[in-house]
Amino acid sequence: MKRIATAALVISAAALLQACGITEVKPWERDYLARPEMAWSPDAQTASQRGHVYFSKEASNGGASAGGGGCGCN
Amino acid sequence: MTFYLKIFWLTLLLTAAGQTLALKLGEVAPAFTGPYLLAVEQGTEPSSAAEFDSATLSGQVVYVDFWASWCGPCRVSLPALNNIYQEFSAQGFNVVAINLNRDKNDALEFLNERPVVYPVIYDVQGQLPEVFGVKGMPTAFLLDREGRVRHIHEGFRPGEEVKLRELIAQLIKEP
Repeated sequence: MKRIATAALVISAAALLQACGITEVKPWERDYLARPEMAWSPDAQTASQRGHVYFSKEASNGGASAGGGGCGCN
Repeated sequence: MTFYLKIFWLTLLLTAAGQTLALKLGEVAPAFTGPYLLAVEQGTEPSSAAEFDSATLSGQVVYVDFWASWCGPCRVSLPALNNIYQEFSAQGFNVVAINLNRDKNDALEFLNERPVVYPVIYDVQGQLPEVFGVKGMPTAFLLDREGRVRHIHEGFRPGEEVKLRELIAQLIKEP
């Protein structure tokens, strides 16, 4: 009996966690998220240029990522 | 014990309520109504009714297109659809565009730059995409003369209108 109660509790907990999906943003609700002011960087071109400079400077450490690097030639 | 079981059934019920049923190929599309986007703003009614009613298109091949001004591929799909509509409208083909913008003015600005001649309705509550089961933007449902879903078009890339035109021409020929 206790086992069934525990199983019901575990399944309920799992189902409750799934129920968090109710807050999901639907494809047609991305209006505000798609606006330019919601972007991580306001200017994509400037962000890309800055990224390139950072990568070139830090190339000996592996650039913006962890692996590789060493020659500083990127 | 019964307390735990009660919680179990309640959570199952809540989880099931969060699931949506998408319209599948071969299924009959639901009837719907909605306010005209352009008619409301410009004070001119494209038809005698103040509200669009899908029942007026029964017996026709209909392309139900869900779009929004912030959706990138819609910049390609709307002008392409407008061309197809003008080509086939006399043969029993219709396009109904359902706009899902939060701000009506964004949609009107978009239509000002890329005007269309087919009816555009406005669904600010987002109820129709829920009923149809829209999975991405844009998504369109091509219905045959009996109202059955024959093709679901997700996204829109330049050149896809060629295949769509063939499909529509084929559906129009069906009795």
